[in-house]
Amino acid sequence: MSRSFTLPTPALTRRTALAALLLPLAACASVGGGDTDASSGTGASDGGGGAADASADAPTLTDPWVKAAENGMTAAFGLLENPTDRDLVLVSASTPACEEVQLHETASDGSGGMSMQEKEGGFPLPAGGSLELAPGGDHLMLMDLVAPLLPGDEVALTLTFEDGTVLETSATVKDFAGAQESYEPEGGTGSGASDGGGDDAHDHDMHDHDAHDHSSHDDDEAAEEHDHGEDE
Amino acid sequence: MTTPYPSSPSPAEDSERRPPRRRLLQGGVSALGAGALGLGAVGLGGVGALGAHAVVGRDPVGPAPDDASAQADPSAVGAATVPFYGTHQAGIETPAPTASTLLALDLREEVDRDGVLRLLRLLTDDAARLTRGEPALADTEPEMAREPASLTVTAGFGPGLMERAERPVPDWLAPLPAFGIDALEEQWCGGDLVLQVSAEDPLTVAHAVRMLGKDARSFTTLRWMQPGFRRSPGLHAPGATTRNLFGQLDGSANPELGSEHFAKVVWIEDGPFAGGTSMVVRRIRMDLDGWDEADRAAREEATGTRLDTGAPLTGGDEHSLPDFEAVSPHGFPVIGEFSHMRRARGVDDGEHQEIFRRPYNYEQAPPPGSGLLSEAGQVFVSFQADLLGQFLPIQKRLDELDLLNQWTTPIGSAVFAVPPGCAEGEHLGQAVLE
Repeated sequence: MSRSFTLPTPALTRRTALAALLLPLAACASVGGGDTDASSGTGASDGGGGAADASADAPTLTDPWVKAAENGMTAAFGLLENPTDRDLVLVSASTPACEEVQLHETASDGSGGMSMQEKEGGFPLPAGGSLELAPGGDHLMLMDLVAPLLPGDEVALTLTFEDGTVLETSATVKDFAGAQESYEPEGGTGSGASDGGGDDAHDHDMHDHDAHDHSSHDDDEAAEEHDHGEDE
Repeated sequence: MTTPYPSSPSPAEDSERRPPRRRLLQGGVSALGAGALGLGAVGLGGVGALGAHAVVGRDPVGPAPDDASAQADPSAVGAATVPFYGTHQAGIETPAPTASTLLALDLREEVDRDGVLRLLRLLTDDAARLTRGEPALADTEPEMAREPASLTVTAGFGPGLMERAERPVPDWLAPLPAFGIDALEEQWCGGDLVLQVSAEDPLTVAHAVRMLGKDARSFTTLRWMQPGFRRSPGLHAPGATTRNLFGQLDGSANPELGSEHFAKVVWIEDGPFAGGTSMVVRRIRMDLDGWDEADRAAREEATGTRLDTGAPLTGGDEHSLPDFEAVSPHGFPVIGEFSHMRRARGVDDGEHQEIFRRPYNYEQAPPPGSGLLSEAGQVFVSFQADLLGQFLPIQKRLDELDLLNQWTTPIGSAVFAVPPGCAEGEHLGQAVLE
């Protein structure tokens, strides 16, 4: 599958293209599923568990967010909760931001690394249970972005469960340094699933390389100065 | 009295799943009569959804040994919260806590109006969560967010941000004029956006600064960062005047938090920035080695106040009105014409401008090999409704004559427009940038 989708570079063009895909921005509210308000939604991340809030009849995704990316792949996260009395299975997800969303799990590869793979049969979400989608763990994999996902954008996200239950929400795009190794098999600059925000935004990704360059350069200079000292 | 958790949280507490510590706080605070300062309403006006956590009292006020329960409750300091949402931004009419870091950010070249708004939405969300004692979205160190310790995040806009957001720059929003006493260093000047991050705990501040910085990184570069400190929480009453590194009580003339007087001095009344204010940040190097050479009497002459109590040299206590007419037996003014107090107040000009000062001390390692004992000073921060009418005349007078100038040198300077506070669902500066 083709990894990248080349887009015109001028920022305005990209923004316009993307704007059509995005929800009207819901400012800073933490977007839970349905009618959860910000404070009760985020409170859930305390692991308090005992939700029992207004809407016990539908699953929720609390604090959904997506790692910013210029193109290629990225991932979405959040706390999935099932306050209902029936077992659910998340079987698919979609967003206008990309061509395809896969449900991925991450597992130790037995040699100190982590590898991820598509989750067979989807994510089970037992009655009253929860599932944290987090970097390094289970997550929603956004394949083939159709436009850059820039930090601060909001992306519509639709989760569909086996019984036909549909959860519509919106996720905040965040600049995030982690959650990248597995998505970038070629390692390198991290320009794929890494931060959006234009080329300059990658300064910090490149920092290691710069640091190496500088340090070797400095070493040369130091050596030269040292030589001079000896000459004198 | 040392029960770690209140035995019967209120029903309101039960209905909202708050972290246990917050319950603890509310138990503790009600025990000591929360609004010790009468600040309950600060920053709350106009926003309905704030509910229970009004500005909380921090710690026992001064010597209050009879309130053993509060003193025995160290985690109350960590659990205290200051509401983020409100008509005014928090961090101004809020007792200045022990630690504060200012960071000035410059927008990257490619960031347009849309980028500015996205940035502000992210920073607002971070601030709203962290000040509640909750991790930011995608917080990689969520455990560090659990002790908000009265955290506040205050944003101010430089002219660069207003231009980038395609909104008019207020006429006063520009660098201060050059003063004769200045020895400004570019590294401490200007900025498109300032964030003032303050809390009763330096680690809480560090985490918030880091989180905000990470979300700002793809939009901005760091121009300067200035951490500062005051007394530790519990050492004296919230809002009490702090001492600077010269040992002086600094800020005695401030209007009282929560008063109408404060509102008049600080909050802009009309226009897009109504409910906001102007913010001046000056980095003022203090020559502690030189100060050592001044004897106590000379030091007090320089300020016109007593070092111990902060009272005017004409008597009374810290907040007594100075008698500028009083003369010594030799016929000299008791409060010298060159003294800081007299010059700052402008009595000789028949003027009396006021500002609200919220300064922090800084002390860093002196340059290696410099032979200096210290590289220290003050991160001077002031808020005033009218920069040109209130701050500037004072600064001009002090520039012309102020004995204290021999030991102080401004090395950094920046001016920001502080937008009003926002309501839940809005972002910082929304009213200004809409």
